[in-house]
Amino acid sequence: MVRFENVGMRYGAGPEVLRDITMDLAAGSFHFLTGPSGAGKTSLLKLMYLAERPSRGLISLFGRDIATTPRRELPAIRRKIGVVFQDFRLIDHLSAFDNVALPLRVAGLGEEQIHEHVTELLRWVGLADKLNARPATLSGGQQQRVAIARAVIGRPSLLLADEPTGNVDDEMALRLLRLFEEMNKLGTTLVIATHNEALVTRFGHARLHLENGELTQLRARERQAG
Amino acid sequence: MLRRRLDIPLNRDGSVRFLPWIIALMVYLAGLALSGTLVLQAALDHWNRSLTGTLTVQVPPAEAGAPDPLPAVLALLRGTPGVVSAEPLTRAATAKLIEPWLGSALTPEELALPRLVDLRIDPAAPPDLAALRTRLAAAAPGAALDDHRLWLDRLAALVMSIEATALAIVALIGGAAVLTVVFTTRAGLAVHHAVIEVLHLIGARDGYIAAQFQRQALELGLRGGLVGLLLTVLTLVGIGHAGAATALFGEDVRLLPSLRLALWQWPLLAALPLAAAVIAMLTARFTVLRALKRMP
Ligand SMILES: Nc1ncnc2c1ncn2[C@@H]1O[C@H](COP(=O)(O)OP(=O)(O)OP(=O)(O)O)[C@@H](O)[C@H]1O
Ligand SMILES: [Mg+2]
Repeated sequence: MVRFENVGMRYGAGPEVLRDITMDLAAGSFHFLTGPSGAGKTSLLKLMYLAERPSRGLISLFGRDIATTPRRELPAIRRKIGVVFQDFRLIDHLSAFDNVALPLRVAGLGEEQIHEHVTELLRWVGLADKLNARPATLSGGQQQRVAIARAVIGRPSLLLADEPTGNVDDEMALRLLRLFEEMNKLGTTLVIATHNEALVTRFGHARLHLENGELTQLRARERQAG
Repeated sequence: MLRRRLDIPLNRDGSVRFLPWIIALMVYLAGLALSGTLVLQAALDHWNRSLTGTLTVQVPPAEAGAPDPLPAVLALLRGTPGVVSAEPLTRAATAKLIEPWLGSALTPEELALPRLVDLRIDPAAPPDLAALRTRLAAAAPGAALDDHRLWLDRLAALVMSIEATALAIVALIGGAAVLTVVFTTRAGLAVHHAVIEVLHLIGARDGYIAAQFQRQALELGLRGGLVGLLLTVLTLVGIGHAGAATALFGEDVRLLPSLRLALWQWPLLAALPLAAAVIAMLTARFTVLRALKRMP
């Protein structure tokens, strides 16, 4: 599903922020991505959602070598990837509804279907009364939920979330994690970057740990009943 | 739900507010240049048509003692197939022609002026002018046939060079319009970089993003173009009125040329705003696609 071989990455002419990343995430797996601030978690996710290109090494997604994939085929691959950006990246002038609808519109779905799916999902994340609100008028946690809704609305095969629970209370964090688990059960592969050790421990999925741009893959722990 | 929705808020950019006005101005200038050439072309056609049916024959005065060559020339002309009529100008009429320059004190006899013959030919079956010339020269040495060709050719050359200049101006205006749209579009790309990146990352094709810019450019181009066209038409009508007011001595003696466009020329003028809109649209599309190619 996601395969990295000796991947290195640098921004411009800067130093390598990721070094020798080699990993193979199976389809349907669930990984937490941890590591101290500045370790390179966001950078690793950027490589996975095709926002950056590696400076060396090989990346393959869904069994396709990205370096040799023609540019015109990349949008189709991107549509199979849902991303929760660390800084949300909601579009200011669009309502919560239109922000969440964006991936479906880009994919060319009909408005009727879009309306149904988006309304239902926003209700599910507790924003039924904020459909028409602009992002700027929402709290940090509400914006984060809109961002998550936008990432999952297209039922992506691969979901990448960068600190998706950073701005919500524990109860909402649990609720969102359960949403992710539901998606995982339906076959979505997940990578969730987080600083929240409690969640990592509680959900006990495999962990990718970054330290100074290098990867230490820890063994998946026994899943704790909870 | 047919609500028009732009994912990229292009309609709120300051730079975009000026674009229709710039395009209006450009279409106006192009419209003036274009209608100028169209009017000139029409005038040339008119002169061509009214002058090609008439010729003038000049018969030099007879040498002292020789018989007057005029009757022989007239007989020759009238006997030529294709000639409808050949009427000599009376001496009095000839004198009147030169009176403004020489006054009335001198008579044509004293001046030994050439006699002029007004020749009307059948435009459908014109006589062989080259052959006619040779025969004229034989009948009356020094007789000349003037078919106004030289004058018309010079006029046509002048009109052509004016038209070429005007069309070059239209082309330059088109180039300026392209550059304006390129810069406006680039400004839009820069201002909305964040939104465009999000669209790109959630899997929007380049065409989807370009479509938003190109729809906007088409709309602004059309709006500006129509304003420009309106200004052009108002100007033409205005000059037409002013021209009519100067036609004191009848339609043929105007200080300003008649700025009337032929029926088939109006669609050509009306195509200008469409052309402006299409140029704006294609330019925006091309500019956006080029910029997006740089994204991974
Ligand atoms: N756009 C950029 N240009 C240059 N350097 C960058 C850029 N983004 C990140 N970096 C550098 O790359 C390194 C890794 O950053 P990254 O954002 O991946 O860390 P992170 O693990 O996500 O941190 P955090 O937990 O704080 O989000 C840092 O040293 C950072 O300074
Ligand atoms: Mg980060």
